[in-house]
Amino acid sequence: MKYAMLIHQGDTPTPLRPELWAEVPADEQAQIAADYQAINQTPGVQPGIGLQLPETSTTVRVEDGRTLTTDGPFVETKEALGGFFIYEADDLDAAIELAARVPAARLGGWVEVRPIQEW
Amino acid sequence: MTNAAEAFREEWGRVLAALIGILGDFELAEEAAQEAFATAAERWPREGVPSNPANWLVTTGRNRAIDTLRRRRTLEAKTRLLEAEAEETTEMDEDRAIPDERLELLFTCCHPALSTEAQVALTLRTLGGLSTGEIARSFLVGEPTMAQRLVRAKAKIKAAGIPFRVPPDHLLPDRLAAVTATIYLIFNEGYGGRGELAAEAIRLGGALAELMPDEPEAQGLLALMLLLEARRAARRSPDGEIVLLADQDRELYDAAAVASGRAALDRALALRGRGPYVVQAAIASLHAEEPRDWEQIAALYAELARLTDSPVVELNQAVAIGEATGPASGLALIERIDGLDSYRYLHSARGELLARLGRTEEARVAFARALELIDDEAEHRLIARKLRDLSP
Repeated sequence: MKYAMLIHQGDTPTPLRPELWAEVPADEQAQIAADYQAINQTPGVQPGIGLQLPETSTTVRVEDGRTLTTDGPFVETKEALGGFFIYEADDLDAAIELAARVPAARLGGWVEVRPIQEW
Repeated sequence: MTNAAEAFREEWGRVLAALIGILGDFELAEEAAQEAFATAAERWPREGVPSNPANWLVTTGRNRAIDTLRRRRTLEAKTRLLEAEAEETTEMDEDRAIPDERLELLFTCCHPALSTEAQVALTLRTLGGLSTGEIARSFLVGEPTMAQRLVRAKAKIKAAGIPFRVPPDHLLPDRLAAVTATIYLIFNEGYGGRGELAAEAIRLGGALAELMPDEPEAQGLLALMLLLEARRAARRSPDGEIVLLADQDRELYDAAAVASGRAALDRALALRGRGPYVVQAAIASLHAEEPRDWEQIAALYAELARLTDSPVVELNQAVAIGEATGPASGLALIERIDGLDSYRYLHSARGELLARLGRTEEARVAFARALELIDDEAEHRLIARKLRDLSP
């Protein structure tokens, strides 16, 4: 089974929010980086992608052949998708265990584990 | 229930579990089990019951499922099914014991990735063999709603890759807690009135205790349910009024259920169990004795409060201390409980202790507050009676 591991930062301090990140002790910052690196190196994991803050987003639609571009959407940082990676695992239990190792999950955010549609 | 229906209920969970194990697909296995039971209902009266009914049902169900799949030709990515097909035997292999996979089924149905409602419905449908209509009526929802809930749960198991297995040791404590919680929830749904759900929960708890003989909490849960269920006849007066534990006629307790409950409790204690269900069962066992040992009961509630961190347990502890050492000490404890202001039993227990201390006006206020919070008519009459009985 392949799972998309969708990381929502919630209240998690990240380097993208410098005022929060500055309050995290240096050893904890190092631990967070090490934890993400360990996840990326876990067998079955396709290394992940981190997203910039949602206010940098641009929304594109096509209506009657015209491309419509708008600023946003301005999803609250708390609710926005922060990043994701793909994990190929035996079953949901394995995916849940790995999700629990994502630092965001213990620091105020959460991980949505979503099976990938196989064609 | 007729004999055939009873046999059906006995075998259903085991046969379905085996078919899910073979086919790796809930929906397909359920259809196959239904067809196998229908075939049995038609043939057995005519041809006699086979020597091993469960094996016959599993073999028949498996062959039916393979026929269905051949027709559908959707076999591709389903390796487990292809393996099953490869080893297909058309003759009945009645002597080979089918593995008992009810435990795998129970852990799958109670997987935390399913909502509690889905866990309960799925457990009753698959292991309990209740029909969708019966489950819907038990939980006072429409049959289409319940059918949809079951379909969605089965679809999620498949799509999300919820494994069909007993969890490995490092996951087992949490997962076993989820299983016991689901069974106890079913029991509690049946506790107030619908006795058939309580009986079903005891059946499931019995199966769990049998399948996990070394797990003290499984034994503890079974013990607790049996000891509580033993009081059923004593909990209501002939005119339907609530009889409080203190006023119950112990002659009305089901002695056989008390004995089986205590036997399960003894097994749990011999396994050095000290978890929440074991402690609750020990309390229930003490309550079945006359006179009651309130000091022991209070001590066990203190232990349970440490395990669960629940204010409701603290309330029970306070009541027990009120009985053991006098209403003033019980009341002092109740006044220290946080977060139960809208819990009716806090106010009724407070009223009771205040009344015993002769603080009638305060008792009146407490009972009145309890009455505001009570929905159940019989409970309402009980507290209204206490309010009337307060000396003016």
